[in-house]
Amino acid sequence: MNIIGLKTLYLKEMSRTFRVPGQTLLSPVLTTALYFIVFGSAVGTQLGSIDGVSYAQYIVPGLIMMALLTNALSAASSGIYFPKFIGTKYELLSAPLSYLEITLGFALASASRAMIISVIIYLVSLFFTPIPIEHPLLALLFASLTAFAFSLFGLVIGIWADSFEKLSIFPVLIITPLSFLGGIFYSIDILPPLWQKLSLINPIVYMISGLRWSFFGITDINPLISFGMICIFTVACSLVLSWMFRTGYRIKS
Amino acid sequence: MSKDIIVIEELDKVYDNDFKALSKINLSIRRGEIFALLGANGAGKTTLIGVVCGLVNATSGTVTVGGYDHVKNYRSARSLIGLVPQELYLDPFLNVMETLAIARGFYGKKPDKKLLEQVLRDLSLWEKKDDKVQQLSGGMKRRVLIGKALMNEPEVLFLDEPTAGVDVDLRRGMWELVSKLKERGTTIILTTHYIEEAQDMADRIGVIIDGQISLVEEKETLMKQFGGKNLKIHLAEKLQKLPRWCDEGNLTLSEDGMTLTYTYKASESTGITALLTQLKEEGINMVDLSTEETSLEEIFVNLTHNDS
Repeated sequence: MNIIGLKTLYLKEMSRTFRVPGQTLLSPVLTTALYFIVFGSAVGTQLGSIDGVSYAQYIVPGLIMMALLTNALSAASSGIYFPKFIGTKYELLSAPLSYLEITLGFALASASRAMIISVIIYLVSLFFTPIPIEHPLLALLFASLTAFAFSLFGLVIGIWADSFEKLSIFPVLIITPLSFLGGIFYSIDILPPLWQKLSLINPIVYMISGLRWSFFGITDINPLISFGMICIFTVACSLVLSWMFRTGYRIKS
Repeated sequence: MSKDIIVIEELDKVYDNDFKALSKINLSIRRGEIFALLGANGAGKTTLIGVVCGLVNATSGTVTVGGYDHVKNYRSARSLIGLVPQELYLDPFLNVMETLAIARGFYGKKPDKKLLEQVLRDLSLWEKKDDKVQQLSGGMKRRVLIGKALMNEPEVLFLDEPTAGVDVDLRRGMWELVSKLKERGTTIILTTHYIEEAQDMADRIGVIIDGQISLVEEKETLMKQFGGKNLKIHLAEKLQKLPRWCDEGNLTLSEDGMTLTYTYKASESTGITALLTQLKEEGINMVDLSTEETSLEEIFVNLTHNDS
């Protein structure tokens, strides 16, 4: 294994995060804080508690998860798209790096960035309401596995995209709507039966539900099922990436 | 140790649009030589380099670098290679030093400050080491690309049009560096549009036409085999027309009537003595004689035109 090569790629990608902290760190934190102020503190005070958890507390895992997966996805997709766009992909492809090392370098850096943002968002939310975490290690597991899975998904999108427009299609048109419909602001139990069933097609439901369970011990879905769905999503993205690298799809000529 | 560092056998590349970029390429590159690959635009030079370096998937055929298969033992094969691409592919947001250090890291090699400084100084980049790549001129960026390729201390260096768009001083500096690398034992494979550079630098020449290697030859042999010489005879008095006895195929008269040009093959019996004797007998006086060799460029043009 080319550990130095993997570490170099990881650090290069992480330096991209810290090169423009306003864009990469401050912007998502500010956006999420605004959601929290509007929906948690302002609207939330007018609503009752859900399963014994105040509304302000209830939305925190969902907001963290939304920031986590959108940032993991955008960091990974832009991370691999940029070398394709400016031509520097040649240095990765001609170096003695395996496809696994290239994948891990990008995915771990993107997941790290998403985790840093999530921790900051959690700390910011503490200014508004106390948020105890019932299963901190499992919360870390759910968050880090989701960040990694969406980083892999981001790599798939970054390799598939051949324009900046395509690069932004998934986050804007698919991930954001699925996040909002994935139970950030509500429990899917309150939906009519048909919409409840339709919600179960949305993979983000399982991720938010899993993290919410590790925070408060309450959930719409069995946490083991949530964990299994995240694992299936990770494996699916890995298989697609493996095919892309093996065939050189939109990476090699 | 094999004398060939790169061996390419029966290599084909057909793109998705059915364009056959390479066809049955068989080529061996000797250890320590400078090999110039010449070909018109679109002939397949960059595709061939891309396949060897791992940027392009071959359709069929094999490539070994230092005895390692470039697919099965890609780590060992690529560890021996440095690549300077034709285009200025650089991350604009990194500085020069970071760019070179990262290039070494990708090859799995620990940081080496001494080597980094040496490469930067060799390429006259030391003063620019903290500058962002986007602030550099085109020529400087070209040097950074070469520096990147040298950071893994390659045994084989691919230079794909390395002097395209760079000024004369920089070009000269680059060729001095190439000479130094050759002295250290590095094998260099270059493509260039400046054929006089290939003529000056290369040990062997390969010509690729429409994806096929049409010729590989020692430069000296090529010059002898395909090249000719011109003997310029500067006359004392103007000559109205060529004497009747002249073989018009080999002898031409300049428009001003003051110079005769005799074309001959250096490897054959030249006929110069007979020509000069005949001129003397005809009372045609000479003031000066000079010879010039056919350039590699003329040979290349003839080869590609004959082939097409």
